[in-house]
Amino acid sequence: MRKVAIVGAGLTKFVRRALETPKELSYEAAKTALDSCGLRLEDIDCVAHGTAPDAFDGLHQNGEYMVDGCGGWNKPTMRVYVGGGTGVHAIVHGWHHVASGMFDTCLVVCEEKMSSAMPHAQGFFLTIFDALTERELEPNLLWIFALEMNRYMNRYGYTKEDMALVAVNNKKNGLKHPSSQFKDEVTVEDVLNSEIMAYPVSRLDVSPVSDGGAAVVLAAESVARRITDKPVWIEGVGWSLDTAYWATRDLYYPRYTDTAARMAYEMAGIREPAKQINIAEPYDPFDYKALHHMEGLQLSPRGKTVELLRDGHFARDGNLPMCPSGGLLGVGNPIAAAGTMKVAELFWQLRGEAGERQVPGNPRLGVAQSWGDLMQVSSVVVVGN
Amino acid sequence: MQEKVKVSGGTGLTEKEARSGKIFYTEDSLDCAFAWDTGVAINRYLAEFKKGNIIATECRQCNRIMLPPRLFCELCFVPSGDWVYVKDTGIVNTFSICHVNWDASRIKEGEKPHLPAVIEIDGASEGMGIMHRLGEVEPDQIEIGMKVKAVWRPKAERTGSITDIKYFKPL
Repeated sequence: MRKVAIVGAGLTKFVRRALETPKELSYEAAKTALDSCGLRLEDIDCVAHGTAPDAFDGLHQNGEYMVDGCGGWNKPTMRVYVGGGTGVHAIVHGWHHVASGMFDTCLVVCEEKMSSAMPHAQGFFLTIFDALTERELEPNLLWIFALEMNRYMNRYGYTKEDMALVAVNNKKNGLKHPSSQFKDEVTVEDVLNSEIMAYPVSRLDVSPVSDGGAAVVLAAESVARRITDKPVWIEGVGWSLDTAYWATRDLYYPRYTDTAARMAYEMAGIREPAKQINIAEPYDPFDYKALHHMEGLQLSPRGKTVELLRDGHFARDGNLPMCPSGGLLGVGNPIAAAGTMKVAELFWQLRGEAGERQVPGNPRLGVAQSWGDLMQVSSVVVVGN
Repeated sequence: MQEKVKVSGGTGLTEKEARSGKIFYTEDSLDCAFAWDTGVAINRYLAEFKKGNIIATECRQCNRIMLPPRLFCELCFVPSGDWVYVKDTGIVNTFSICHVNWDASRIKEGEKPHLPAVIEIDGASEGMGIMHRLGEVEPDQIEIGMKVKAVWRPKAERTGSITDIKYFKPL
């Protein structure tokens, strides 16, 4: 396997409803990523593309429609799709193209436009449930997250207030992100007093519905060193899908994240992730989920995560900053693009280019993770400088 | 520290702007219809629901009593063995009190919240839960670990569906 570097990154603003079409959002992110490292489309050998459910756009075979916006015209272009896991998974996918020796450069583009679906994109999630044994119960996606959150909190005696601290932390970080769709800080009280959607999930425990795009440029070592003197290396990748019988696994622990993380750490030669990793970008569509994933990522001992959170361990200036980007809670959640945004954040952080959000102490190793499908997939990328 | 974060595009529209006529949009509504065959294992599962029973399958290799029943054990990747009746009682593994309908609309004033739960069914292997609803219980009385029992629809009303159980109520 060849060494693969991230050499450029670009984002659109994340917004509740974008004027741009999915294709235009993809173009903006892709072009910005290319410009950031001085490359042109003709320098790109292949395209790895990710967007989540076709149903959001009401456009079947969305990948084919998106190809022009992704710069994939007449190039080897492949789409991956693992629900919310797509954004980091597309990086894993792009890494394969370059690591294999097949291609020297790969443009990874992820996009989501959730606002087209009427009256609300949430409705389409009914169709991810088993048609024969679950759908007739008319579940909403919030149900299963609420079930997982409740199980997780109950297992360790965590409270809703504990979980709200994550929303406060991430939203505060996100205010400094130029792509963020938020303007206001929130307090623990704001979170606790927000509309109860599906107890224990209240409105501010959840990331928003968003439109947006994100892209990164990958290059093989020899090419990367010509493009930049600050390449950020992909040190390890991992991914895993757990069984679709989600009600038969105990939801308090994300086994799929555990498996994916161990795979990535082994490849990166990391034996003690909690000590060695300097920045974590766990997937945080819900506040509890960031902590749940920190445990699965072996970055926090099970059941002790709230203690560490309250001690400031995960703050920007703590031992292991969590979601310095602001994450999905603080920047926004255009599903596939959100995961890629996390990898872009690590790219900027490890190059010391994150501006106001910069984590102090010259961080060397970061991990990004995304999660999706029927609460069953994790994709993990470890990067280093 | 120099910020090098690159952002372009993502022009935000308010709902008002989107509906003002300055921004054009087209509307479409997709009407998709499907008839799903129930398959080998779930066909029997649903047929037993109609009779008021819950049935599982046993894996010959790991001896898990699997619910919902399946043609094959996904862990051992071998065909399932015998059909096994399990009880219609269980314990609440986790639950939610949900004010949102499937399409993200809110429940109406005065309507009771949805009470989805994962219920570990007695007689199935440990941790083998199914998603269902709770009923005949005040939301604030529900607890993880609570024993519950299925409330079946009258025989004549059953259709061979997971909803032949109306909900699970506290035992």
